[in-house]
Amino acid sequence: MVTWFENQIPKVVLAPSFVALLIFVYGFIGWTAWVSLTRSRLLPKYDLHGTIQYKKLFSSPRWDTAMENLLVFGVLFIVISMCLGLLLAILLDQKIRVEGALRTIYLYPMALSMIVTGTAWKWIMNPGLGIEAMVRSWGFESFSFDWVINPDMAIYAIVIAGVWQASGFVMALFLAGLRSVDGEIIKAAQVDGIPNWRIYSAIILPSMAPIFLSAFIVLAHLAIKSFDLVIALTGGGPGYATDLPATYMYAMAFSRGDLGQAASSAMVMMGVVFAIVVPYLYSELRAKHD
Amino acid sequence: MTDFAPMSPAATQNRNSDVQKLALRWLLFAMLGLFALFYLMPLFVMVTTSLKSLEEIRTGSLIAFPRELTFEAWRTAWSGACTGIKCEGLQPYFWNSVLIAVPAVLLSTGLGAANGYVIAQWNFRGANLIFSLMLFGCFIPFQVVLLPMAMMLGKMGLAGTIPGLILTHVIYGLGFTTLFFRNFYVTIPADLVKAAKVDGAGFFRIFWSIFLPLSLPIIVVTVIWQFTQIWNDFLFGVSFSQAGTQPVTVALNNIVNSTTGVKEYNVDMAAAIIAALPTLLVYVVAGKYFIRGLTAGSVKG
Amino acid sequence: MAPILDIKNLYKNYGATEILKDINVAIEPGDFLVLVGPSGCGKSTLLNCIAGLEPITGGTIDIGGRDMTHVSPKDRDIAMVFQSYALYPTMSVAKNITFGMKVRGVDQATQERKLAEVAAQLQIEPLLNRRPGQLSGGQRQRVAMGRALVRDPKLFLFDEPLSNLDAKLRVSMRSEIKKLHQNLGATMVYVTHDQIEAMTLATKIVVMKGGVVQQIGTPAEIYNHPANLFVADFMGSPAMNLIPARTRRNGKALQIEIERAEGEPMVLEGEHSGELPADIILGLRPEDIAEAGFRSGQKVQAAECRIDLVEPAGADTYVVSELGGRQVTARLHAETKAQPGAMLDLAFDLGKVSYFAPDTGKRLN
Repeated sequence: MVTWFENQIPKVVLAPSFVALLIFVYGFIGWTAWVSLTRSRLLPKYDLHGTIQYKKLFSSPRWDTAMENLLVFGVLFIVISMCLGLLLAILLDQKIRVEGALRTIYLYPMALSMIVTGTAWKWIMNPGLGIEAMVRSWGFESFSFDWVINPDMAIYAIVIAGVWQASGFVMALFLAGLRSVDGEIIKAAQVDGIPNWRIYSAIILPSMAPIFLSAFIVLAHLAIKSFDLVIALTGGGPGYATDLPATYMYAMAFSRGDLGQAASSAMVMMGVVFAIVVPYLYSELRAKHD
Repeated sequence: MTDFAPMSPAATQNRNSDVQKLALRWLLFAMLGLFALFYLMPLFVMVTTSLKSLEEIRTGSLIAFPRELTFEAWRTAWSGACTGIKCEGLQPYFWNSVLIAVPAVLLSTGLGAANGYVIAQWNFRGANLIFSLMLFGCFIPFQVVLLPMAMMLGKMGLAGTIPGLILTHVIYGLGFTTLFFRNFYVTIPADLVKAAKVDGAGFFRIFWSIFLPLSLPIIVVTVIWQFTQIWNDFLFGVSFSQAGTQPVTVALNNIVNSTTGVKEYNVDMAAAIIAALPTLLVYVVAGKYFIRGLTAGSVKG
Repeated sequence: MAPILDIKNLYKNYGATEILKDINVAIEPGDFLVLVGPSGCGKSTLLNCIAGLEPITGGTIDIGGRDMTHVSPKDRDIAMVFQSYALYPTMSVAKNITFGMKVRGVDQATQERKLAEVAAQLQIEPLLNRRPGQLSGGQRQRVAMGRALVRDPKLFLFDEPLSNLDAKLRVSMRSEIKKLHQNLGATMVYVTHDQIEAMTLATKIVVMKGGVVQQIGTPAEIYNHPANLFVADFMGSPAMNLIPARTRRNGKALQIEIERAEGEPMVLEGEHSGELPADIILGLRPEDIAEAGFRSGQKVQAAECRIDLVEPAGADTYVVSELGGRQVTARLHAETKAQPGAMLDLAFDLGKVSYFAPDTGKRLN
């Protein structure tokens, strides 16, 4: 029947993407999950051996460092980016004439590749010729800023570059949020004689809770996936002082030839991402249906 | 005349609060200016360093303007710098990135538009489930598909090729492009499709004559988003390419981290700017759409 | 004459929810059928089913004598006007109107001739090159009508076309639609939640609630002989008074007893040949209760009632009194001397009365 065929067209159009989604996303996740339960080394093996890879993973000091780094980097990156982004948004919200230009300046790093960002900051923070040398040449001979090559501090160097790249984006999100607050509420508060800072802290910021949440989700997601920035800035070093789960996984997969470890570390990464994202997406989808 | 009138306490207070206001205003501008410097400094350092000679870099200060402008570093970065064993500069890899990004952006945008149109306007049983699956797919860390994708590309004979990278970017970009178009089309009243159906138009006719002409803003947003994502990608590039098919980000990283010879910081910076130029250009020309994509990508639904 | 639209035993489910239940409607060529009911009653869904925009679960739909149950909208020979107008936003007014002909491959000359005809008929010639975004609500409405008219279909379908217009424009567009119907002699199916629109436009009304047809009839039938309490309450403004009462037989005479706020219950002499239950609901429209002495007739009976509220409305004055525990509205002449709190003799025209069963809500006379 003609109408029957017509009714199938939308499904036919969606079908290739759906099949791709099933194979390349969900099928592949399944494959990785499976391999993470095997003794695969250089080549994948498909006999299940329980959680042996995960045991090995969690007893590996290098993975320990990577998870610790993720925690330090993630917390600092998210907190500083949020605070800085919020501060910038509030400052920009004071009816500044050059707002457009400033916004452009604060946000442009988001258009850059993490590799470019890493390259630039690596040069700026390089102790021999960068900031350290510059400050010393001003007469502060004992000034030291060697974070990129200092195993204890290198992770903080990555935080600086990460914040530089992402805080402008948080600013843009918050600024849009500030602008979407109902103007009449603010007018009413002004008429009531409530000081400006109170209007922000008591009225505007609480109404932006959903934006805080999405900013958090995006930043957390960025932090967990961070790979290029570390590669470009420190290469995971010195040693593996700045390894993150993403670089650990890559090293296992492509330089160490340990597929089992690569797969299990990828699964842990996905677990962390989903622990953060799934409740959020679930509530979003549900809110939409109501 | 007010100048000679004795000042009332209220007037003094006014004067005081005016001064306070002015001071606050200056403080505000000072802070905004300092932050602007913080964000601009790396770009400034990159540009000035790329225009200095190595000699000047070694002797001069990080933030000094070049005493003598030289474009030597740019020439080297473009056509002479070494990425590992080869020394042909960034140029071939820049074109690789173009060859990857252009088809991948077009394909993923086109498919995203069709998917979004179906999901938003031709809702059938299960369409919402598919959309939810796609949405979750946007969030997976790509590490979890890296190994099987490498094997799949090998099986398809696409390992280390540009078509392989195009395919990868199209597949893993589909979630976001579909999301963009779906969220745009869902705001268009369903009556429009009904009216067109009564007028005798079918699925493709309605898309082509009614929806596509409406879609310019969201097409721009999607194209910019996808272009930025694909151009700036490193993970897929470094995992699925081989010598000769690497995108510009991978080549840049290789130049910067190549251990042979003298470290040429000016060349590194020139190369970094070259690699960043296309996306920066897009940002400067169409910043509004760039921001819209960023916020649309994060504020779902 | 053969019906031009014939719906038989139509059912429509969404999953397990029944949206439409056993709908049976038929109309003749030239009819103006109005589907009316509160929101969510299924009237728009029914219209969409007639258009073929929604598949149906059971039953058949014939249009022009052909079974169209499974035919796609474009082949049903219908045209439709939507509540949101659904004008194609990127096309000019002219292109909006000719799109359907273009899709169907009508030649350019015919397209232009028909466009000119319709534009003249609706007086939208100056708008032809504009985009829908540049038009006012009333102008969009006209364009949407033009898009339907140009097709010259067997059946026109209207989905609440006036509900987005302001009150004044709505009234003038209403009479234009009525004129159009009279001039074209076309068959129309029209959905609205506005019972005044239904009364003024229809040759036939279908009152719906909860996916079930409550009553089908001419506007006069629906107004004067509502089939149940729902129809009685829904059609007419102000609504029909529905007063709880008790009946008893006194020989041949039927006595109807109604509680008053003060004093003894009032007793009216009714006339009904059949059996009536002891408790009934008495339906009287406000215009069937008048000031005593201003209404005559065999079946008019007066009783003294306390007036609680007086609402002058210009042409008439409405007064409210409590009867049978309900607020009962009477429509008096404008110069009435009625005062709130005072007693007034009201005349009840029992010739127009409806009796309903309180439990089933069904009409008894």
